[in-house]
Amino acid sequence: MSWLLVAPILMPMATAALIFLSPADRTLRGQISVLGAGALTVLGALLLVSVWTYGPVAGYMGNWPAPFGITLVADVFSALMVLTSGIAGLAVSIYALVDIDHERAAGGFDSFFQMLLAGVVGAFLTGDLFNLYVWFEVMLIASFALMTLGGDRRQLDGAVKYVAINLISTVLLLTAIGLLYGLAGTLNMADLHGKLVDLEHQGLLGVVAVLFLIAFGIKAAVFPLFFWLPASYHTPPIAVSAIFAGLMTKIGVYALIRTFTLIFPDDIGWVTETLFVVALATMVVGVLGAIAQTDIRRMLAFQVIASIGFLLLGMALGSTLAMTAAVFYMVHAILLKTQLFMLLGIIGRDAGGFELDQLGGLYRSRPGLAVAFLIAALALMGIPPLTGFWPKVMIIETGLELGALLAVTVVIVYSLLTFVPLIRIWSHAFWSPATAGSGDFDFGARRTENRLLTLPAVGLALVVLAIGLMPEPLLQIAEGAATGILEPEAYLQAVLGTPGDDVAQLTEPAR
Amino acid sequence: MEILLGSLAGILMAASVWLMLSRNLVKFLLGLVLIGNVANLVIFASGGLTYGAPPLIADGETVPTTLVANPLPQALILTAIVIGFGLVAFTLVLALRAYQELGTVNVDAMNLAEEAAVSSGQKKAEVHDLRDAA
Repeated sequence: MSWLLVAPILMPMATAALIFLSPADRTLRGQISVLGAGALTVLGALLLVSVWTYGPVAGYMGNWPAPFGITLVADVFSALMVLTSGIAGLAVSIYALVDIDHERAAGGFDSFFQMLLAGVVGAFLTGDLFNLYVWFEVMLIASFALMTLGGDRRQLDGAVKYVAINLISTVLLLTAIGLLYGLAGTLNMADLHGKLVDLEHQGLLGVVAVLFLIAFGIKAAVFPLFFWLPASYHTPPIAVSAIFAGLMTKIGVYALIRTFTLIFPDDIGWVTETLFVVALATMVVGVLGAIAQTDIRRMLAFQVIASIGFLLLGMALGSTLAMTAAVFYMVHAILLKTQLFMLLGIIGRDAGGFELDQLGGLYRSRPGLAVAFLIAALALMGIPPLTGFWPKVMIIETGLELGALLAVTVVIVYSLLTFVPLIRIWSHAFWSPATAGSGDFDFGARRTENRLLTLPAVGLALVVLAIGLMPEPLLQIAEGAATGILEPEAYLQAVLGTPGDDVAQLTEPAR
Repeated sequence: MEILLGSLAGILMAASVWLMLSRNLVKFLLGLVLIGNVANLVIFASGGLTYGAPPLIADGETVPTTLVANPLPQALILTAIVIGFGLVAFTLVLALRAYQELGTVNVDAMNLAEEAAVSSGQKKAEVHDLRDAA
């Protein structure tokens, strides 16, 4: 077992503990947080390189062999997600240096932020369903704290809905895990693979599958379980919205992909058909919802939902190409949604509000910001050669191959309609004349703060631009991840070992 | 015993759903407490029930020689209870704070974050009106 497997989980935890112990100083705590997130990014990159070179790695916690104890596993997919989360976390931790006020920092913002990252990374790396539930809880309680920290009235209002629906999802997940344990006698994800086909209670298994679908569906904010997201994501400070928009819903999708490729057989309980319909509905509702909004943060919240639909479509189509597109799009969506929220934060700060009609005059005062926003907006729409383009091409190709013309139509309509909300933000914020409220935040006089706010957004814009112009490396990694998802032999072998070893471990336990 | 536990889980589930459909945030919370216990009961029952056989391994043996209760579901439930306790404590405080700040426990009246689009000036004025009315 490799220390690299545990380090990405321990790093944010240790950082969180260190921040709790440090004096309540905004700058100091923020700097520790940035360092921690930076270290997480490096560890994520190392893990990805190691997994890419040597294949999936598994580690047995407490040295309990695989089906009995908790197993951590990293394959290309999870390592790639850890790295992407690290990058998003790093960007947001820099942004938070200015965006989060002293009061919230003293309340422990940076600690909760790091614990959120720990939960996210843990959920990506675990190979055990119950452990996945525990990481979801770690993530959830940290996100509750981030959501409510500061105690603003609107925040509390949004938090009530966010907390309530997420707790219901958690209970459903726990029930599903309990029932599955009763059916299969194991919760190790690799051990569950292939075990469920021969079970006699196929009807009950279908119920369990649907429970998982609903539980993760709520987390991922799919149609019709998404209402909590636009009700809450715009209420906390932008730094919180940015990391939520980037990571939280994607964990739901990650868990869905893992559950329904690794654990459940293909044809269980019409899950694939349900996913297909849900995916299309989510894209349509998300993109139409975004058009209907006037608050730019809520526009983007609906865009987050729409992109979840696209990810699910890749999963539902199920071919290697479609799965490659989904993995590629997931990286794209995490980076881009984080970046867009940070950009909107700067725009809103400048205008003194987030309503469309309050914005204006930014093209003249902040041309650099305009360019960064344009890159992000075009990438989201899928204009070649930016990142959104490649997965869309792959999905359309798969859709045509499989004859899923409805899916192809919806993807094209979705891409076109994505244009509308973004171009509305663009024309209001950058092209219309300055409004009375703008200039609230004097950027000229607060140069360092301005730089710290702009740096992560522009940095992510450069990453998106680089991936778009040179998609080949990420495409290869995404393809490797997709192959690993659809043909998990290497994953299974890493966790369970070869059958001979397994017996040896059972009869002669290590002392 | 399974039938008894199953029925109990069913009744608790029905009660919790009824409570959670309420517009009153406090009733919703009570429903949430109940449904958490339902999940624990389901894990307990689905792990298989064994009467009076603690999972103890006799001296000198490495595996239990007789039929014993499965300790894993109990460990899972214990974890879930602890987590559930923390979440319920948090949620209670959240409900209290929401009541203090928003002046209501009726979730239908909690729509501050999702008001129809009005300019921020109007919004502030309306909030003041609401306060005065309360």
